Amino acid sequence: MEINKNIAISDSGFIFNPTSGDSFSTNHIGMKVIHFLKEGQTPDHIITSITEEFDVEAQVVEKDLQDFFQMLENYQLIISHG
Amino acid sequence: MTKQTYERPFIQKLNTGTMNKFGTRTEYTPVTQIDGVPVKKIIEEYGSPCFVISEKTIRKTYKDALRAFKTRYPKVQFAWSYKTNYLNSVCNIFHQEGSWAEVVSIFEYEKALNNGVPGNKIIFNGPEKSRADLQKAVENESLIHIDHFDELYELTDLMKNIDKKARVAIRVNMDTGVYPIWDRFGFNYENGQAWNAINKIMSQEKLDLVGLHCHIGTYMLSANAYSIAAWKLCDLASHIRNKWSKTLQYIDLGGGFCSANTLKGSYLQGADIIPTMDDYAEAITSTVLNFGFKANELPTIILETGRALIDDAGWLLGSVVATKRLSDGRRATILDFGVNLLFTSFWYNHKISPAQEFSFHSEEMVLYGPLCMNIDVIRENISLPLLNKNDHVVVHRVGAYNMTQWMQFIHMRPKIVLIDMEGKTHVVREHETFETMNRYEKNPAHLKEFSI
Repeated sequence: MEINKNIAISDSGFIFNPTSGDSFSTNHIGMKVIHFLKEGQTPDHIITSITEEFDVEAQVVEKDLQDFFQMLENYQLIISHG
Repeated sequence: MTKQTYERPFIQKLNTGTMNKFGTRTEYTPVTQIDGVPVKKIIEEYGSPCFVISEKTIRKTYKDALRAFKTRYPKVQFAWSYKTNYLNSVCNIFHQEGSWAEVVSIFEYEKALNNGVPGNKIIFNGPEKSRADLQKAVENESLIHIDHFDELYELTDLMKNIDKKARVAIRVNMDTGVYPIWDRFGFNYENGQAWNAINKIMSQEKLDLVGLHCHIGTYMLSANAYSIAAWKLCDLASHIRNKWSKTLQYIDLGGGFCSANTLKGSYLQGADIIPTMDDYAEAITSTVLNFGFKANELPTIILETGRALIDDAGWLLGSVVATKRLSDGRRATILDFGVNLLFTSFWYNHKISPAQEFSFHSEEMVLYGPLCMNIDVIRENISLPLLNKNDHVVVHRVGAYNMTQWMQFIHMRPKIVLIDMEGKTHVVREHETFETMNRYEKNPAHLKEFSI
């Protein structure tokens, strides 16, 4: 999974994709996940980082991330390599 | 170190262009307590889902409605519409406030008697009253509102063997400018059927015509329709006075006043378009006052208002079972209550609020109930915060019809909790159990055993 490196993210969660011209808004955790992806972190690492910082179980994060990645892919913000 | 509160990651595409003229509407403000009792505590104590009724709201709504009429007209009587919500505790709050009972079946009639309502303060409406039902109503001196000629003939025949008079009225249907006309109940005004029925009753020695009744529709968005209805009843009363020298005791305008729920398909919110109680009161009372009755012959105005008096006093508390993504990308949230408990979700876009704090993000979603049936949709589209499994929600304005029209289907029915004037909670109807449902079944002996 590879995030589109061109996208711009503001501190308030505003995302702009200069390639498509589309803009998005995301929440605090969404921003964190996108930053992790930009750093090239794996999903497993992201799950661990989130569970360390937030009051949530790993399986909940796993399910939510799966959905989030699907949305990022639908919005052409990440490229999934299968 | 305390960990931060988690919210699932969320992303939403920002669209420019056409927008709802009212902006994006979110039902976002959390409802964490009802009459000072925390929602979380109610669910912990009584389970989820759970209906909640506020005694305080019922009494206030009733008093406001009574004030609207009594400040305009000297003789007003409310009769609580049992079918709208016939929980004994709810009925008795209205009776304590001075309401009579308005029933539409012998079951409801027995309920009213059992609640302690005097027979002569029960109005017996509806198209189905058996001979035995009529006999009981006559003996108790109840007000029998005759619905059709077959009932009139049945009652006339019955009275041959009873040594007292029956107190009766007829239900009149009419054109009030609101369509379709509710003409399935009662006798029609315009084609002379009502006048015909009145003359038949007046010619019977043992039938005492004491009033006239109509019920022109439900969720009536026009107060003027009640003005037309009141005028037509007054017209009949006036003709009765002229021809038979009989002064009627009352005219009964029935029910049909709106609650602030939003009907499906309505562009504007219910609260923004419905007439106020003062609008209805002004339309009815000014028509009767100006009709021309002598001061000592003014009829009592009876009102059988149901929905408008109880809807605001009921809430349904529930929890999120699961969230998922549909094939077209929409968010779906599955709740632990569905159309089985929330019958009115077939008519209304109910206001639904989260019961806990969230961040400012919200998303469009479909709300499904727990039934394994495709029809089980509570809201086709609603903007709510990012709900998670086990979060709680509060459905507003569910006091009317849901606790009488709910279905035992797939799931059993939950507890109903009343919050009294002091903020104490009382279970006023227990939840059903497997035993509740199984009690009425009988299994023939040859079907008791099998091997698979």
